[in-house]
Amino acid sequence: MAAEVAVATISAPHDYLPIIVQLIVVLAFVGGTILATHFLGPKRKSKAKLDPFECGIEIHGNARTPFSIKYFLVAILFVLFDVEIIFMYPWAVNFKENLSVGFEAGMNNFIQMSIFLGVVLLGFIYVIKKGVLKWD
Amino acid sequence: MLLYLFYILSAITVGCALLTIFSKNPVYSVLFVIATFFSIAGHFILLNAQFLAIVQVIVYAGAIMVLFLTVLMYLNLNKSVESSKPLLIKIAAMVSGGLLFLVLIASFKSGLSIAPTSVRGDAGLIKNLGNTLFTEYLFPFEATAVLFLSTMAGAITLTRKK
Amino acid sequence: MEFALLFKILIVVGVFVLTLLVALYSTWAERKVSAIMQDRIGPNRAGPFGLLQPLADGVKMFMKEEIIPGQANRALFILGPCLAMLTAGMTSAIIPWGDVITINPESVPFSEYFTFGESKTYIVQAADINIGILYAFGVVSVGVYGIMIGGWASNNKYSLLGAIRASSQMISYELAMGLSMIAVIMMTGSLSVREIVEQQDGFNWNIWYQPLGFIIFLICAFAETNRAPFDLPECETELIGGYHTEYSSMKLGFFLFAEYFNMFISCAIIAAVYFGGYNFPFMHDLGLSDNAIAIIGIFVFLGKVIFGILFFMWIRWTLPRFRYDQLMKLGWQILIPLAIVNLLFTGLGIIVFK
Repeated sequence: MAAEVAVATISAPHDYLPIIVQLIVVLAFVGGTILATHFLGPKRKSKAKLDPFECGIEIHGNARTPFSIKYFLVAILFVLFDVEIIFMYPWAVNFKENLSVGFEAGMNNFIQMSIFLGVVLLGFIYVIKKGVLKWD
Repeated sequence: MLLYLFYILSAITVGCALLTIFSKNPVYSVLFVIATFFSIAGHFILLNAQFLAIVQVIVYAGAIMVLFLTVLMYLNLNKSVESSKPLLIKIAAMVSGGLLFLVLIASFKSGLSIAPTSVRGDAGLIKNLGNTLFTEYLFPFEATAVLFLSTMAGAITLTRKK
Repeated sequence: MEFALLFKILIVVGVFVLTLLVALYSTWAERKVSAIMQDRIGPNRAGPFGLLQPLADGVKMFMKEEIIPGQANRALFILGPCLAMLTAGMTSAIIPWGDVITINPESVPFSEYFTFGESKTYIVQAADINIGILYAFGVVSVGVYGIMIGGWASNNKYSLLGAIRASSQMISYELAMGLSMIAVIMMTGSLSVREIVEQQDGFNWNIWYQPLGFIIFLICAFAETNRAPFDLPECETELIGGYHTEYSSMKLGFFLFAEYFNMFISCAIIAAVYFGGYNFPFMHDLGLSDNAIAIIGIFVFLGKVIFGILFFMWIRWTLPRFRYDQLMKLGWQILIPLAIVNLLFTGLGIIVFK
């Protein structure tokens, strides 16, 4: 089968050469466009124009103000779950192969991940019960 | 070819790391840390540790630094918060930093004794990594779940203090 | 070596130009679709059917005054939209646009298409890397910075709120996105997008096995691209323009354009992962040569992508916007548990039906 041939082929660092090429192309586009628009547009500056836009009312202080702590909690929880999900990729990739060894091996593999998921889910339930993700 | 790439990447890594330290504005520092992480991911790719490279990008550059940036946004960065610390603290920081440096050098010295030929070229690919993780390192892996649990509880108690 | 590399460069540039064109004409299509749905005519002045409208818009963006607010951080203010555009443009590298094309059929086919060696077979894809899908996720997760930095550097309260909302929303939906993708990877056993597509030969598409996963992924794709009904970061009634309130000229254009780029790429990934990519039903019964099938496949793939884009637009002009608490509740308390259930059932299903 075609897919198995592809698995057998080696993955090597030079697979990433096109990505470097793409980076150069996109960088050139972004840099060129920003430069071009800088030189093309008119420049007529005034105090009112350069002030932050607050719907025409006089501006109050500036934007370096604290905001809800919820956003911070979401960021922390995101880091935790992101790492957890990353751990699942090496497992998922090998899942079918382990199963092809035998039912026992596959089931073992499944249970291993279920334990991991279960413990993390306990934390998730705790987070929800604590009302951290309630936004009103 | 690969060697030149390595030199270029190393120069970028070290340069960005230095800029991280020397930037006055913490937001610039975060950006340079992200650039450093990307070049380290490049190093992983040169070593053919592709999964580690992408983990470096997703977890460090994509998740942890988002958290850092969020924290920075809570700070009022208008006032220059750069205050001069007492001399004693400066010396203590230097000593502890130097000790960490020593430990790192020691670990690298022992690490260098591993013959490069004994390392498999495809050990960092996701399949092999998964096989090792779920056989040899199964217990530490399950233990990280408990670590996650405690971190969640810790984060909540810290931020919910009234 | 040289020609293979040249071919890659050609593909990279070609794909980038294609992405640009599709993104440009998505703006036109968006207006036409909304016009049709609201019983209007839509753009019809520039060229036949208003087809030159995107060009006119582009020129307008270039010629507008570039305003950098006095209190803003200049360097970061410029960097924000550039980062958004850069990340949007990088994802297309891993999309498999078509199957293998053999220039010289007598040579060894397929087995060494990876190398830049003497092989005469070429894949219509910029980079077939071992961790393709994760590369896309990595680039998407970095895409948050463009919005965060742009919004923060503007030094405007609305921009800041928009940026924080956007980043919070994007990171929340990344989780469910990753979880729904893991269920697919359990079935395919590979992260390479090309292998995922190859396994969906003919009509054997992943959508038949992963309907729930597909719906979760689709909703997350809406949220990741910040499109309605998830366009809270730029919710006019609350936040003026959201994170791009202070932006003008091409820098605003980059933010808006990056959204269309992202929409195109998400549709391409959805088409590749769930709808068989360049595979189409009865592809082996037509009696055509492999090359012909590969070339038809490219157009089939693009057709699927364009259908996806039209679906995105249909949703945008049909559904009202979410409230922020509803959005967070959907992301965390509905989609993540659903994705985990989907994953467990996929695992059990594979074990039982193997």
